[in-house]
Amino acid sequence: MTAQVITVTSGKGGVGKTTAVANLATTIAMDGKRVVCIDGDIGLRNLDVVMGLENRIVYDIVDVIEGRCKLRQAMIRDKHYPELYLIPAAQTRDKNAVSPSDMVRICKDLRPDADFIIIDSPAGIERGFRNAIAAADRVLVVTNPEVSAVRDADRVVGILEAEGKGNPALIINRLNSALVKNNDMLSAEDVLDLLGIQLIGIVPEDESVIIGSNRGAPVVTDPKSRAGMAFRNIGKRLQGEEVPFMDLDPQSGLWTAIQRLTGRK
Amino acid sequence: MGFFTRKRSASSAKERLQLVLVHDRTDLTPAQLEALKDDLLKAISRYIEIDADAVQIGVERDGRSQRLVADIPLKSVTNQRAG
Repeated sequence: MTAQVITVTSGKGGVGKTTAVANLATTIAMDGKRVVCIDGDIGLRNLDVVMGLENRIVYDIVDVIEGRCKLRQAMIRDKHYPELYLIPAAQTRDKNAVSPSDMVRICKDLRPDADFIIIDSPAGIERGFRNAIAAADRVLVVTNPEVSAVRDADRVVGILEAEGKGNPALIINRLNSALVKNNDMLSAEDVLDLLGIQLIGIVPEDESVIIGSNRGAPVVTDPKSRAGMAFRNIGKRLQGEEVPFMDLDPQSGLWTAIQRLTGRK
Repeated sequence: MGFFTRKRSASSAKERLQLVLVHDRTDLTPAQLEALKDDLLKAISRYIEIDADAVQIGVERDGRSQRLVADIPLKSVTNQRAG
């Protein structure tokens, strides 16, 4: 095995990076691959709660870097999917506890034993972001169809180009197709046209995402969730499969027709 | 403007973003772009007479790259002689 390192970043906070990492890692592990995800947000640990692993943390990434434990000891195995691991962020206030070369070294050590390493970048374009992209083979930029998120995504894409981490792929998260239809939200086409990068997935706004993180069970584990389906598709695309994009229009399509017939919303 | 002709917010979001991204990507403020235009026109005017009112200079996006596009109509010499 030689793992592919995928970094999920966005510029702006709150657009769904951590949700995306938890869901992509889980769905790829459900497909039988070994996945290690790393929370890169030092001081603001979050991926553990979204994945429901917060009670199992003994060591974190700074413990690994500072030699207090072995890398294996900081890898928390998921409750349900034995091929899924999390390396949690430290809650230390020292943002310089991790350097880009530390991340490169940790990923190098992990690569032979995993299929995918997925890194959750902190918001912003500072040290934590630099750490998160240092080892990346591939970068996913998450944005929402909203002016501030798109602007920050563009900034991040520009930095990635300058750093030679080109060709990032875009996840448009929380698209509300009713608003788009009303012409009161940027459409996926608008966002793609503005950012000029390739698309890897569009995730509809879906309350099951919040319900999933309340329970510590990423939404990909909910077979009925539309957002879960979108993330499962992105997971397949990351594994090299060609998956057509979903029909997101709530008022049309066979899927909704079936839902209407079966009385489900 | 009536209800039916009101421009919906997505269009203004896109237009505003188009402008702001050009300036973010080029590190050029609108004021600097104006100064650049003036300098450019002054330089050209030293060699040839231009129709200053019809000049159009702006930054256009092409995927992830931008280009400075200038449309500078020249005043024709024969017109000048006639005028």
